Amino acid sequence: MSRPTLTTLLVANRGEIACRVMRTAKALGLTTVAVHSAVDREARHSREADIRVDLGGAKAAESYLDIAKLIAAAKASGAQAIHPGYGFLSENAGFARAIEEAGLIFLGPPASAIEAMGSKSAAKALMETAGVPLVPGYHGEAQDLETFRAAAEKIGYPVLLKATAGGGGKGMKVVEQESQLGEALASAQREALSSFGDARMLVEKYVLKPRHVEIQVFADQHGNCLYLNERDCSIQRRHQKVVEEAPAPGLSVEQRQAMGEAAVRAAQAIGYVGAGTVEFLLDARGEFFFMEMNTRLQVEHPVTEAITGLDLVAWQIRVACGEPLPITQAQVPLNGHAIEVRLYAEDPANDFLPATGKLTLYRESAPGAGRRVDSGVSEGDSISPYYDPMLGKLIAWGENREQARLRLLAMLDEFAIGGLKTNIAFLRRILAHPAFAEAELDTGFIPRYQAQLLPEASTLPAEFWQAAAEAFIQSEPLVQRNDDRHSPWATHSGLRLGVPAHISLHLRCNTEEQAVSLDHSAPSTLTLRGEQLIQEHNGLRRQHLAIRRGHTLYLHWNGELHAVNQLDPIAEADASHSHQGGLGAPMNGSIVRVMVETGQVVEAGTPLVVLEAMKMEHSIRAPHSGTVKALFCQEGDMVSEGSVLVELEGNDA
Amino acid sequence: MAILHSQINPRSAEFAHNSAAMLEQVQALRTLLAQVHQGGGAKAQERHTSRGKLLPRERIDRLLDPGSPFLEIGQLAAHAVYGEEVPAAGVIAGIGRIEGVECMIVANDATVKGGSYYPLTVKKHLRAQAIALQNRLPCIYLVDSGGANLPRQDEVFPDREHFGRIFFNQANMSAIGIPQIAVVMGSCTAGGAYVPAMADEAIMVRQQATIFLAGPPLVKAATGEVVSAEDLGGADVHCKTSGVADHYADNDEHALAIARRCVANLNWHKLGTLQQRMPIAPLYDAEELYGVVPADAKQPFDVREVIARLVDGSVFDEFKALFGTTLVCGFAHLHGYPIAILANNGILFAEAAQKGAHFIELACQRGIPLLFLQNITGFMVGQKYEAGGIAKHGAKLVTAVACAQVPKFTVIIGGSFGAGNYGMCGRAYDPRFLWMWPNARIGVMGAEQAAGVLAQVKREQSERSGQPFSADDEARLKQPILDQYEHQGHPYYSSARLWDDGVIDPAQTRDVLGLALSAALNAPIEQSRFGIFRM
Repeated sequence: MSRPTLTTLLVANRGEIACRVMRTAKALGLTTVAVHSAVDREARHSREADIRVDLGGAKAAESYLDIAKLIAAAKASGAQAIHPGYGFLSENAGFARAIEEAGLIFLGPPASAIEAMGSKSAAKALMETAGVPLVPGYHGEAQDLETFRAAAEKIGYPVLLKATAGGGGKGMKVVEQESQLGEALASAQREALSSFGDARMLVEKYVLKPRHVEIQVFADQHGNCLYLNERDCSIQRRHQKVVEEAPAPGLSVEQRQAMGEAAVRAAQAIGYVGAGTVEFLLDARGEFFFMEMNTRLQVEHPVTEAITGLDLVAWQIRVACGEPLPITQAQVPLNGHAIEVRLYAEDPANDFLPATGKLTLYRESAPGAGRRVDSGVSEGDSISPYYDPMLGKLIAWGENREQARLRLLAMLDEFAIGGLKTNIAFLRRILAHPAFAEAELDTGFIPRYQAQLLPEASTLPAEFWQAAAEAFIQSEPLVQRNDDRHSPWATHSGLRLGVPAHISLHLRCNTEEQAVSLDHSAPSTLTLRGEQLIQEHNGLRRQHLAIRRGHTLYLHWNGELHAVNQLDPIAEADASHSHQGGLGAPMNGSIVRVMVETGQVVEAGTPLVVLEAMKMEHSIRAPHSGTVKALFCQEGDMVSEGSVLVELEGNDA
Repeated sequence: MAILHSQINPRSAEFAHNSAAMLEQVQALRTLLAQVHQGGGAKAQERHTSRGKLLPRERIDRLLDPGSPFLEIGQLAAHAVYGEEVPAAGVIAGIGRIEGVECMIVANDATVKGGSYYPLTVKKHLRAQAIALQNRLPCIYLVDSGGANLPRQDEVFPDREHFGRIFFNQANMSAIGIPQIAVVMGSCTAGGAYVPAMADEAIMVRQQATIFLAGPPLVKAATGEVVSAEDLGGADVHCKTSGVADHYADNDEHALAIARRCVANLNWHKLGTLQQRMPIAPLYDAEELYGVVPADAKQPFDVREVIARLVDGSVFDEFKALFGTTLVCGFAHLHGYPIAILANNGILFAEAAQKGAHFIELACQRGIPLLFLQNITGFMVGQKYEAGGIAKHGAKLVTAVACAQVPKFTVIIGGSFGAGNYGMCGRAYDPRFLWMWPNARIGVMGAEQAAGVLAQVKREQSERSGQPFSADDEARLKQPILDQYEHQGHPYYSSARLWDDGVIDPAQTRDVLGLALSAALNAPIEQSRFGIFRM
């Protein structure tokens, strides 16, 4: 087989993975081609490519999921190969096949392998024959409620509903008891249909206190297949991985070998080529069960790269070109420990609602040894409601787990993001949690420590407000008039005649507001130098990151970045007048269902409207009992954050 | 370029002595001002804030750009005048920046006698308007006042410079394009109702502000109609029905934010132009001024030591340095603005007066603001000088000062006596601002001189009638006069009566002048036309 020509690579993806793939491609001397939707015209992945192709459309279905457009883009740009990234079409056999048929190289496994693993039920049957241990479940074709009811009964509650075609937590529901099965199944099917275009579900035993341990496998076209150690992805929130690390703490060499060999068997059973991941549930007794195989590069592949020193994307390209794997199983390195966290635009305090908006501030941690940031955004970028709200990943490597953990904490402290809510503080609390430090990992970690990881917001102390006010006024730009350029009026000295200088600010931070008076009778103990607020106390000087962007000051305080603004009394008054009693959209999205009618009497907690955003369904429920006075939306409407959907009258108490 | 090099040793015992003496006076001033800033006291303030109202100084803080300086005038108004404390005469006035525009703010302090207008309240309100008019500053009135002080109606109501003049000024300022904005944050009754009614734009706070020509008691007395204050003249009435007010605010803070928007929408241009430079600090620390001025007022000092601590880079290009040396004249920059300085360095002789007149003409030709640093006991007296025409030479200086149309600023840094006060741009000569240092003294003549003159007259009377006039008699005669002159010559006495715009800490002089200069540039710098100089 002659080596195919590969000089130009198209990445059929967006965000951090597109940037990451292109980084390696560029390093290998390839020309990079980005594709982008209409809203991603100036997105980072698009900016960083040598050639960019506009796919048009905003929704994924009209852009990143449109196979014909992608093939045409590759042809137009002269790309010989397509890297699918993860998500989107990465595990779509039709896409792989279309690429092959177009005479292009797909940087992924053969379509047949994707198909084999794409249907979870079929995959499980296949694994059973290959001798890979499985969790009990129902993976059949019949999709009616009765079949599921019977299957769940047989397996025993709690059970887990999963989209046959899915992954990444979408279309996935835990059902605790029979009464919930109907609604959960319907909702999961809807999500699966909108995410994968396939509503089929499977159900399995929901294993208690399990760990999620997965094996990175890599196969070439010559029948060689390696396992590149494991990753522990037990820290999950609603089946979405949040923290991933390698190697899995406490895993013995024997276990690693057993799981690795099982994973290789699984890959070989389907004639796998390229990078893949075999996910297992590891129970407390050390038994492991096959969950699924992801036939793509995983989000968390950097931790494997960190402990092996390998570049998996480079391997993907080389394998696709027909090269054999360069090392043997015995040569696979395992150095130190690596931990990754996923940085999301979301609001942990508000049920992790995806956040949209403009990144008015985006500052990454400083580069350094053992530090890696894979990001898909830069300052000024907008996060749209159309795609996954992941901004990027922070990866720290250390000689041991503790070093990696501390390094990652330091990186999180240096990260500064403003303009929308993120999970940085939440990630920080996970990493800082004693149980995490002790590597007490299982998939129940986040719910178990919910109270510590998602503490009730406490009121900000007076010391914070003083610091915020000083940093605010010291970063306030001088307004010089064109007709009086050096006027001494354009200071923020707060000069008063015969009494101490006096500066008064009414500040807002999140939902809190505070009138702060700065009395400069003595030199202030808080000085802003560049972007550091220096706080002097008893001969000790501490620094707080303080960054000004327009009308907003971002102040790092006790491990969290706070956005501080001046209170706008006019906006406050407007807000208090408008739409009293109205229920607004929590974010941009589209209305998938309106569940009530005008005049209907509802109880507190009744779902009123279902909003779909970021591929997740969100129910807007009645906060109190009352009568639906008016409806301002209908199914199919696109609504923007804050717009009033339902007016509910009554019984507030 | 001539740099003033200080001849003073700030480590000398004399300097320390002077400094301590001045600091004591500055501390006394600070203590007094801190008291004044308490307004009507803790109890009245608590009553005020318990109604959800901001205190007047908080209102000003919220109205101003964050961190804006506030160039307050008349802080000591009514101090020890009425036999009862009326801090700041119950109205706070001064210049501050709003949305980048220097505005005159006049805020009633309802914690002081309900914000009612004493005679000096009226005078201060009018002084603030005069400053606004002269410097073309938009006016913001924060109204919260019960109106005229009824027991003193004869001193506040009928005369030319009484209550009615406030509205006359509003109308005429509005006529020449000086914006008049009223924020009604409390009661605004009778005559006071005309403040918002005559404003270009008026804002009212709901459930708090009222505007009516006659309040409910007077209405009931007059017509028998029973009506609540809110129904008679609340924000709902005036914003929705009568149209007396234009903007409806939920609370003080909202009202002030709306006022800021009003200023933001003024499309304001400053009309005065000066060739500005980058400001640079003087070579010497401002606080050294404390040690420059001798503790003993009789001791002379070189005024260049003061100038060196006021002007940019201590650079001072002196004019006619060798002629009429008791009046120091020269050009400098202050906070980047060019300025022409006249400063006393001894008694005024004919040459000094002529030099001063010449120098004022230069400044006016060139459109450069004038700064007068007053430390003057008067013009030289005596047969030789009268014969030399000191009166006509003095008259030249007074004519030049009176007719100069460039912005004039006066700081009394020592004595301000007799015709020297006129020649050096005293209050009667319409300086844009006039400030006093705490050590300053003002009077028709010095206490000693006045007592001496009166003793002389008395002695001559006694001699004519053959009565003896002993040294004891003289001392008995002189003492009350000395006491009276000392009392009335004190800057607090002056400031309480608004003969000046305030007593200032010498160390703040440069900043105060810089702010005043910048504020003055809102008005165009006019050409001067001088009267006849008697030759």
